[in-house]
Amino acid sequence: MNMIQAINSAMDVMMARDPDVIVMGEDVGYFGGVFRATAGLQAKYGKTRVFDTPITECGIIGVAVGMGAYGLRPVPEIQFADYIYPALDQLVSEAARLRYRSAGEFISPITVRSPFGGGIFGGQTHSQSPEGIFTHVSGIKTVIPSTPYDAKGLLIAAIEDNDPTLFFEPKRIYNGPFDGHWDRPTKNWSQHPAGEVPTGYYKIPLGKANVARAGEALTILAYGTMVHVCLAVVEEAGVDAEVIDLRTLVPLDIETIEASVKKTGRCMIVHEATRTSGFGAELSALVQERCFYHLEAPIERVTGFDTPYPHSLEWAYFPGPVRIGEALKKVMKD
Amino acid sequence: MTKPAIPGADAIALSLHIPEPTARPGDVADFSHLRLDAAGTMRRPDISTDEAEMRELPYGLVRVLDDNGEALGPWNPQLAPEILRKGLRAMVQTRLFEDRLFRAHRQGKTSFFMKSTGEEAIGVAQSLALAPDDMCFPTYRVQGWLIARGYPIVDMINQIYSNARDPLKGRQLPILYSARDYGFYSLSGNVGSRFGHAVGWAMASAYKGGHRIALGYIGEGTTAEGDFHEALTFAAVYRAPVVLAVTNNQWAISSFSGIAGAESTTFAAKAIGYGLPGLRVDGNDFLAVWAATLWAAERARTNRGATLIEFVTYRASGHSTSDDPTKYRPADEAAHWPLGDPIERLKQHLILIGEWTEERHAQMEAELSEILRDAQREAEAVGTLGKSKPDVTEMFEGVFKQPDWRVIEQRGELGIRS
Repeated sequence: MNMIQAINSAMDVMMARDPDVIVMGEDVGYFGGVFRATAGLQAKYGKTRVFDTPITECGIIGVAVGMGAYGLRPVPEIQFADYIYPALDQLVSEAARLRYRSAGEFISPITVRSPFGGGIFGGQTHSQSPEGIFTHVSGIKTVIPSTPYDAKGLLIAAIEDNDPTLFFEPKRIYNGPFDGHWDRPTKNWSQHPAGEVPTGYYKIPLGKANVARAGEALTILAYGTMVHVCLAVVEEAGVDAEVIDLRTLVPLDIETIEASVKKTGRCMIVHEATRTSGFGAELSALVQERCFYHLEAPIERVTGFDTPYPHSLEWAYFPGPVRIGEALKKVMKD
Repeated sequence: MTKPAIPGADAIALSLHIPEPTARPGDVADFSHLRLDAAGTMRRPDISTDEAEMRELPYGLVRVLDDNGEALGPWNPQLAPEILRKGLRAMVQTRLFEDRLFRAHRQGKTSFFMKSTGEEAIGVAQSLALAPDDMCFPTYRVQGWLIARGYPIVDMINQIYSNARDPLKGRQLPILYSARDYGFYSLSGNVGSRFGHAVGWAMASAYKGGHRIALGYIGEGTTAEGDFHEALTFAAVYRAPVVLAVTNNQWAISSFSGIAGAESTTFAAKAIGYGLPGLRVDGNDFLAVWAATLWAAERARTNRGATLIEFVTYRASGHSTSDDPTKYRPADEAAHWPLGDPIERLKQHLILIGEWTEERHAQMEAELSEILRDAQREAEAVGTLGKSKPDVTEMFEGVFKQPDWRVIEQRGELGIRS
């Protein structure tokens, strides 16, 4: 399966298992979603379980919170993460706080799916990575898969979870892993072991990172598309790096990170999102606080620049093999 | 050289219109701009009527009780006297409760309080008219809902004092209650954000094939928030079984209703653009509130969808304990409010029909005062704000269902071991 099929399969599995799971969003119904992630679900489960909504992100999330309070398990879609901002009040002030402020009387077991990330010439409003805005909010979980296998298992876990979860899908790798070499032919998931996805139910626990490549020389912390770019850079450079795919940003698998950096003594953090106050800053602070006496070099961050995401300058902006390779040399010096 | 002609250059200069209330401090109160139909004059269409056939209703005013306390016209819900007395009791209890807790704030026993003086009929009538398992999505000004349903007064006060017995564990500002078993959804401080939750909850009920309906509340000032538009859109599109109530008390803190759009139209009339029935109702008339709510509830329960109801009322008290209304409106404006006081009007009606007396009323007030005094004493025996607190571990509970390592580590900073 490619990642879209895996995500579709996760919703299919959960809808078959639990009549309280419903899917809603702009164009998700009859049409099956602009990325086809919900294709076939309305035909299979009916219009009252998979339905199109008016174009209002705040409305979609607000209504989903009300449905969750009733006892349903809504899986709303925001068509692009770039368009999640109108829903910010609902996510931050309502979904994230409902359990806490009502002392558990009401909960918000919603899973908000949203394609995110760049590398597709999406320009300013089809490329952003806003995860850092949400990791800053207490009460929201944030999940970002990097393979079809993980996407399905993590999405099932998110839907079953009783807390509100943001599920950001790196759309650059919907159809195949992307190593950052935009000038070479793209691969598809059928050639990748993580494209092997069981058709039935399985889940990957939230809050557990995956060691995508074991190594001794340094630790690379990444998620989403950047996992594949980092793996390619490491192979090309011939460095024995440990590449950790975080998978869940909140709750974060701090144990795996800490153990790895204490072993390697060096750490590089890579994400597409802009640098200042991005999630990398939190990762850097945590590594500094917990692994200071094991560090042999300053922690390096390779991120998007502190600019809006440009269109024609896509590959100058995107943290690709050249920039990551240079940072790798820097962190490995001495 | 001649200048090129500028289109419209000879027209009058543009001017920006800023709405102003009819009276400011020192002025004589003036409500002559309000459309006030006489009691009993508005028709009551059958619940099966199409919205398009009822478009005069949002511009009129549904009233049952006239100035003498007589119940008139087709909207009279014909309630049994014991229901009316129950409603009167809950309204009086709400007012006495709020007066008492307002004083408690002035005495330094809590940090904040808000009263619903003059608006008691809305929360109380709707609380009693809807089914026990319906859910309301309240604003902070419908405490009467909880009192009418018999929510323990002492728990309300414990919440207001944020003491060790606070049902919300000291996490919420005073009066932002949550009472699921009483059909009262968790309040939050950001206004309007739960109007769409009511619609979503109602859609869920419809999806599950249940019979429960939702009631959303919003103040007239907050109708300006996008949440209002989104809720009406979803309610209309999916024919959600929800009653959407705008409590128009004329004032949003210091801004009069004209700032929210009332100069040009009524809030009930906003329903028309969404294809929803809109009712404009005397919010100080217990019988009218009851009747309109039941009419809308029956429409919702029979899959006819949502109704928007504007309850015309007046915020007789300040916005909150932090507000001084004499700085922006006439000090005696409430006394000039043409729809009177909801408690006095229902009392007058009950006396008129021979089901109540001044003596019984005075006796009830004395009895309720005693109940409230005892509840306050019980809460104060636990402690007022700062004198008694929930255990500090409560600060870290309920962020997620299970605390993650950050919360466990952070509570360790306060010496709490898991």
